[in-house]
Amino acid sequence: MTTVPHTLAVAAASGATEAAARRLSKQRKRKALQWLEGAVLIAVAIIIMFPIAWMVMTAFKHPAYVYSYTIWFPPTLDNFREVFSERWQIMDKVINSTVIAVSTVVIAIPIAVCSAYGFSRLNFPLKRTMFQWILLTQFIPAVTIVLPFYLMFRSLGLLDTYVALIVVDLAIALPYAIWTIKGFIDAIPMETEEAAIVDGASRLRVIWDIVVPMARPGILTAAVFCFIITWNEFLFGYLLSRQNVVPLPVGIISFVLERGPVWELIAATGIIITIPMFFFALIIQRHFTKGMNLGAVR
Amino acid sequence: MKDHKLAAILLAPAILLVAFTTVYPMVSSFWTSFHSLNLARSLDLGPFVGLENYEEAFVYDPDFWTVMRVTATFVIVDVGLTILVALGLAILLLRAGFGKGIVRTLLILPFAMSPALIGISWRFMLNPDFGAFSRTIAAVLPFMRDVDYLASPAFSMAALISADVWHWAPYFTFMLMGGLASIPPETQEAARIDGANNWRVFRDVTLPQLAPVLIVAVILKSVFALKVFDTIVTMTSGGPGRETTTLAFFAYHIGFRDYDFGYAAAVAYILTAILFLLSLSYMRFAFRRAA
Repeated sequence: MTTVPHTLAVAAASGATEAAARRLSKQRKRKALQWLEGAVLIAVAIIIMFPIAWMVMTAFKHPAYVYSYTIWFPPTLDNFREVFSERWQIMDKVINSTVIAVSTVVIAIPIAVCSAYGFSRLNFPLKRTMFQWILLTQFIPAVTIVLPFYLMFRSLGLLDTYVALIVVDLAIALPYAIWTIKGFIDAIPMETEEAAIVDGASRLRVIWDIVVPMARPGILTAAVFCFIITWNEFLFGYLLSRQNVVPLPVGIISFVLERGPVWELIAATGIIITIPMFFFALIIQRHFTKGMNLGAVR
Repeated sequence: MKDHKLAAILLAPAILLVAFTTVYPMVSSFWTSFHSLNLARSLDLGPFVGLENYEEAFVYDPDFWTVMRVTATFVIVDVGLTILVALGLAILLLRAGFGKGIVRTLLILPFAMSPALIGISWRFMLNPDFGAFSRTIAAVLPFMRDVDYLASPAFSMAALISADVWHWAPYFTFMLMGGLASIPPETQEAARIDGANNWRVFRDVTLPQLAPVLIVAVILKSVFALKVFDTIVTMTSGGPGRETTTLAFFAYHIGFRDYDFGYAAAVAYILTAILFLLSLSYMRFAFRRAA
């Protein structure tokens, strides 16, 4: 009679220890997993930072240290002095890139805001088709765009001018800006606008006074994205500029001499290209994820 | 009625500009691809040659099929790797814990970098004598010491892919994080209560719900991969031989190195056709999800 509760108790006790053991191994597993996750994250951070850090170091290296596998060297600003000198005139390329990127953004964004509002809020025939076709233009390879424009600019004497590069850059920037800004306007509730319209405000007033301020993060994101894309653009600049309007990324090629590339000057120029973009990207970091998700949804 | 008028005013500048900067060159390239046009001989559009330029590609030019093979290899491996890395990172970064914010910020950096600069940096770092990548690899794997990466067909392709994955994986990590975050957590919890382990939850609950975003990401990355150009110019110049010459770089090379614009337009159009098919499928998936 006493054996039954006894065995029950033993069973219960062993069950308890088993559960405890299971909990312990589970805890250990979770700990191990956390370590693993941490290790992977560190590896990812190293993979991201290694090429960037190496470029930064090379830019501050004296030519004698460029070919050595070391992170200990006396830093110098000579490479930056050299790229800004008479011989390389990198400042001209900074100005070219700035003029091209700023002009593209200044033309693309207002046009994009107007059409994005139209696509988001108004009803008109073929709306969906038109919007889809604007998106479709994003898939056209740049080579297809550049061939006819090369011939056209050549016969108009526009090769190697700002106009040429701004026009072709708009082919990429404008559809992108329309797409992004429409996504942000879609997310704004209609009520405020409707109230203003009932109060007799004109539609353009509504866009300027209500929609633009509310969509400001989206407009800023689109503007920064367009700036980054245009600033980093290479193919159009490579094929449509000769010497007067060479943009920065194409300028890198000029450091590839017959005796081989001058790596420390390429690295210094690389920093001049990259630093402003890092800065811009970090400004819109908060909206960055959102801007990217639009790619998946709309 | 008033809507239509306003829409016309608001949309006209955008439509006109898009038409001029994209529709016009599309039509013009198409027209050119049926003509003979060699800038080395004449600047004027030559005689109508029908499908000869396309025939040149598909039948006579042996390089064309090499380029198609290279393009297919590049796109398949590049897209597969980018999406896998991005998916892994997205899952990792969404789990709460230490250091995720820093990595999330770091991820923005590669995307903000000029692909042309990435290409030439990779070329520098893969130099067999003094490159930082090749030295690091040799330190870990001594038998790789004498590899000249950009002189070997397989390694130059791997190098090109590694540069492109480095540049694009962050973008798709953010996209997939958005996709994962929009999955209602109840479904995963329910499966866990039913006794499913992590892998089963991921495979049977998370993955099917993520599928639409994943498909869109794969199509979008395929499009980006087919458009890669800058990195090829600054890193491999399409070599060794034609081993890293993708369709986009091939079309450029025919047009601006051989000056055969007629043939270049035809090759560019073959690429455009592939991209067009991809973009139509993108539209179907992307818009079906939004609707």
